Amino acid sequence: MTQLRATHDLHKRRLSRNVGVGVTLLALVAVVFGLTMVKVTRGDPMERFDHVARPALEAAAEDSQ
Amino acid sequence: MADLSINPSRDYEPTFGDYFQLLKPRVMSLVVFTALVGLVVAPVSLHPFEAFCAILFIALGAGASGALNMWYDADIDSVMRRTAKRPVPSGRVEPGEALAIGVGLSGISVVMLALATNVVAAALLAFTIFFYAVIYTMWLKRWTPQNIVIGGAAGAFPPMIGWAAATGDVTLASVLMFALTFMWTPPHFWALALFMRSDYDDAGVPMLTVTHGRPSTRLHILVYTALLAPVPIALGLTSVGGPVTLILAVGLSAWFLKGAYEIYRRDEVMAEADNYKVEKAFFRFSLYYLFVMFGALLIDALIRAVV
Repeated sequence: MTQLRATHDLHKRRLSRNVGVGVTLLALVAVVFGLTMVKVTRGDPMERFDHVARPALEAAAEDSQ
Repeated sequence: MADLSINPSRDYEPTFGDYFQLLKPRVMSLVVFTALVGLVVAPVSLHPFEAFCAILFIALGAGASGALNMWYDADIDSVMRRTAKRPVPSGRVEPGEALAIGVGLSGISVVMLALATNVVAAALLAFTIFFYAVIYTMWLKRWTPQNIVIGGAAGAFPPMIGWAAATGDVTLASVLMFALTFMWTPPHFWALALFMRSDYDDAGVPMLTVTHGRPSTRLHILVYTALLAPVPIALGLTSVGGPVTLILAVGLSAWFLKGAYEIYRRDEVMAEADNYKVEKAFFRFSLYYLFVMFGALLIDALIRAVV
């Protein structure tokens, strides 16, 4: 039967991988969140046509054509 | 008690660093620098966080193509000394893992670049990955000694993608930035091939030094350096250039051309007598050449911003 020490080298490598993947995923979440905040707070795509009539926007759209 | 979570079919479990090595971090550093220059010199400025994301995902896309290259080339990498210690040929990472990481990161980087910036930049990144992984790695590398020339295109796209991330288009200036790295790659690598005793032949990869001989390689270096010379000068005359780019382009290109002519005039007896002194100096200079030319574009952009 194979005896393994509590901190076998294999466990260290596995820990390095798990921590690395965890940090990478957290970084991805932070990047997506940051990007969303930048896009949303700049606001330009927010004030567009939705389910509410926007006469001012319609006039502006016609002018630009 | 035995630890049942250990996979007995595998005697090595990869670390996070092993996976990171699949992305060719040294190549990524060049990609980050040239993409940054393309983005900074563009006439449209992005939000700093968008710019950061653009560089990050361009680098990630380059890393993904590196992982795909390592997956496909594992057989020849294991034959060559320079590449035998890479994660896949050394057995630290399974080929299937490298493929999964390459495909996964390709998708993430392209989609995220499109969301962060625009579809043109994302399409260029997707094409770059396809070009490096399929056209270069799978097709041309093992088929033609011009592999270095065509493969250089993959490394030349990043400044063009950086530019497209900011502006959403492809213009003369961004094409010239592409041409600078594209034309620089052959003389740079062939100079290395002259003084590095390579084992490409054992791996069945056609290199110009082997297929056409060393005198022909010397001539190729001279011709490609002559074709490269006008590119940075033309770049200096476009809207992204300026006095710094123009002066350095003329000076460095003249010096580079002089080095290429010296290489052309030498033969193997002369080269072996002084241990490839001229070839090694030319190779070192080529590294500074590209770095300084892209750095000059940054300085001119800075001057324009200040004045």
